[in-house]
Amino acid sequence: MIWAGVLVASVACYGLKLAGLSLPQSWLQDPRIQRTVPLIPVALLAALVAIQTFSTGQHLVLDVRAASLAVAIIAVVLRAPFLVVVIAGAATAALLRLL
Amino acid sequence: MFTGASQFALVGVVGAGGSVWTGAVAAVLLGSRNALYGLRLASLLNVAGVRRVAAAQFVIDETTAMAIAREDPDQSRFAFWATGATLFILWNLGTLTGALAAHAIPNPKVFGLDAAPPAAFLALLAPRLRAREPLAIAIAAAAAAIVLLPFVPAGVPLLLIALLVTLFGVMRRR
Repeated sequence: MIWAGVLVASVACYGLKLAGLSLPQSWLQDPRIQRTVPLIPVALLAALVAIQTFSTGQHLVLDVRAASLAVAIIAVVLRAPFLVVVIAGAATAALLRLL
Repeated sequence: MFTGASQFALVGVVGAGGSVWTGAVAAVLLGSRNALYGLRLASLLNVAGVRRVAAAQFVIDETTAMAIAREDPDQSRFAFWATGATLFILWNLGTLTGALAAHAIPNPKVFGLDAAPPAAFLALLAPRLRAREPLAIAIAAAAAAIVLLPFVPAGVPLLLIALLVTLFGVMRRR
């Protein structure tokens, strides 16, 4: 069941890319589409950050991950590269759990 | 699935106990931007047939950024294929390593691995927040996610937020 979902999502993600390369340019040039589509990843990524920091399953939780997020925010404000941000976040949680 | 944010989102939803189909929809919504990248790249790459089928898989944030940053079309095409091939190989090797090594780590929390995904999402998000409007949308979406989370199954907040931001984008006048 999980693999069916993964497969369908993979095919659909590929289909979107191929459609972008193949569809007539005018189709996707509607200003509302041009404006709206870039907002979707912004909203979803922000929601994912919040959910994965402040919840376990369906429960809201405040734990060391909040401190990790604070450190990761500092890292992105300083324009740290992707891996540095991820490692800073993980290391913060690991260190705080050691204390 | 070669589009990182979608891959992470699907794993995140399933990991939180959500339905794989909810995760799949979230992944596809996150991948929608690649269609616009494809549109942007179509005239630049000028590919047809088998080459287009191969090029499509490489249409992601990084290859688009590398390709459109070049003035010369030949350099653009080279940047696209070189970035795409390199990332495709390394990314999938990374995924494979993760899949195999996961069993070797008894408690991922000890290494703070549960704090890594939010940091990764934040790092993917940050370059998109250079203007005021996306920043406001990001904050609103994060707040909405927290509010919705206890009341709906895992992953569903993502779908509701995608719906809300789409309505906002379409209805807004400017």
